[in-house]
Amino acid sequence: MTLTLALVQILNGLQFGLILFLIAAGLTLVFGVMDFINLAHGVQYMVGAYLAAAFSAMTGNFLAGLALALPAALAFGLLLEILIFRHLYDRSHLDQVLATFGVIIFLNQAVKFIWGAAPLSVPIPDALSGAIEISDGMLYPVYRLVIIGVGLAVGFALYRIVNHTRLGMLVRAGASNARMVSALGVDIRFLFTIVFGVGAMLAGFAGAMVAPILSVEPGMGDNVLILAFVVIVIGGIGSIRGAFVAALLIGVVDTLGRFGAPTLLRAVLEPAAASQTGRALAPMLIYILMAAVLFFRPTGLFPAKR
Amino acid sequence: MSDSPDIDAAPAPTAINRGFWLPLVLFALFALVPIVAAFGPKTFILALVTRIMILGLAAMSLDLLIGYGAMISFGHAAYVGIGAYSVAILSSHGINDAFIHLGAAIIACSLFALFTGAISLRTTGVYFIMITLAFGQMLFFLATSLAAYGGDDGLTLASRSLVFGSKMLKNDVVLYYVVFAVMAAVYLLLRAVVASRFGRVLRGVSENPVRMQAIGFAPARYQLVAYVIAGVIAGVAGCLLANQAEFVSPAYATWQRSGDLIFAIVLGGLGTLHGAIIGAAVFSLTAELLSGFTEHWAMIFGPVLILVVLFARGGVAGLFGRPS
Repeated sequence: MTLTLALVQILNGLQFGLILFLIAAGLTLVFGVMDFINLAHGVQYMVGAYLAAAFSAMTGNFLAGLALALPAALAFGLLLEILIFRHLYDRSHLDQVLATFGVIIFLNQAVKFIWGAAPLSVPIPDALSGAIEISDGMLYPVYRLVIIGVGLAVGFALYRIVNHTRLGMLVRAGASNARMVSALGVDIRFLFTIVFGVGAMLAGFAGAMVAPILSVEPGMGDNVLILAFVVIVIGGIGSIRGAFVAALLIGVVDTLGRFGAPTLLRAVLEPAAASQTGRALAPMLIYILMAAVLFFRPTGLFPAKR
Repeated sequence: MSDSPDIDAAPAPTAINRGFWLPLVLFALFALVPIVAAFGPKTFILALVTRIMILGLAAMSLDLLIGYGAMISFGHAAYVGIGAYSVAILSSHGINDAFIHLGAAIIACSLFALFTGAISLRTTGVYFIMITLAFGQMLFFLATSLAAYGGDDGLTLASRSLVFGSKMLKNDVVLYYVVFAVMAAVYLLLRAVVASRFGRVLRGVSENPVRMQAIGFAPARYQLVAYVIAGVIAGVAGCLLANQAEFVSPAYATWQRSGDLIFAIVLGGLGTLHGAIIGAAVFSLTAELLSGFTEHWAMIFGPVLILVVLFARGGVAGLFGRPS
């Protein structure tokens, strides 16, 4: 019984980790290639969720909504890049932090203005709304398995593109030394725009995928953004592989921590104290993990730069 | 430390000329507010300006880190939270003395700053920004999980801190001048710190750590001391904030508040100290004005922030006199 429960938690952790990976992949590339710290990456995730909610309500079909939300998220990301972010690449990190913080403030309020402060809910498509039995008597929702499958597929595709195509080679070269790539005659600005657009779309895709299982609300991107930062810091900035490993690690540790910490502590503490301490400790686990990783490896597990 | 005549003898005349009249006028204005406020909605004005001074206090401490030490901490609101919770937790256990509150806040903040600073300062650049952000979030989540002290909802204080057993802080004007005195004292203290040998080493490290190391300084040690000083001052600001609001909540320690602090010092002008206070005032007054104008004030505020970053370098303090 406990074992199956742990299995369910691990699946939940994987699903959470893969969503984090979709967000962190774009963030780490934007960071690695352009040395641009984009706090507004979390709102791309929120905008993706809202677009999916709006388009599915409009078409009455989640898949059609998703298909419309993806190009819209891409267009939105490119719009932000052209209007604001492009002017920040040469600026200090402090300026980048502040200006993108301004974008967050604006967009969090803007979605409230357009869609209201109340959370929106998106129905799970009928075909995927069931649950399957993963072991005797233990049901697991199909939709979450779909997220795991899609996340793995996107991860694999990204890996192929980054490691085995010409575009990917340029991206990797850009992450390790952007000026040298530029000196070799590559239009680095155009490369930036592509990377930025894809990153924004992936974050929007992650938001759209979780829209049916989470509530779509203003500010939903803020906490995810911090987690994505933790992921890319642990993984090493600019490294897709690092982001993948770290995202799964964070997803599983966070989920298992919330489930397991009170249970484990019960062995040494009284039940009431154990659940209290466990609840306090669980959300801190990933930050402790990050501090530990950075203490031993200040540039993350798989540093992309030199 | 090896002897380093250049650093000890470095004069800073422009900084003194530039930084004399403006802060003096600023503090005089703050000192006069309670007298002027008597002719208007007194409680409202006093509360607003007290909050501005508290924000200015926290922003000044962050200016020591960002403006002088080039350490972009994105988790500074955590220290404000620690200070505020020191007051709330102690008074919920019946300990109401202001000096015990202050002492607890200072000890808790210096320990947290020492521990997280020692780890964070192993990293540089964006890694530093993000690790401070993560430590700030860690503390925020700790605060939300304190079910015994209100959890997410926060905690209302039974009363303000007692000074030598007297309830003098209950009077808003007294509280105002206490906050004013703390702000002025911290301003003078930080002025002395940045003008001292320590401050010059800190600035040297922020400009070129390798060179400072080459002439015989250990950068990390100076940075860590600055990090602890800034954390403690922000904790004091947190103590005052808890007393002003008579309420604490995890919202004091969110990363958005850390962003507000950074915005305040950039708005006021980095590396000037008084700019942090001006920035805090402009920030709070703009937010207050816009929120009276429309509930969607953040939709105006966000773009203003972006425009300030893109076009107004040097901040408000920079407008009054820039070094040639």
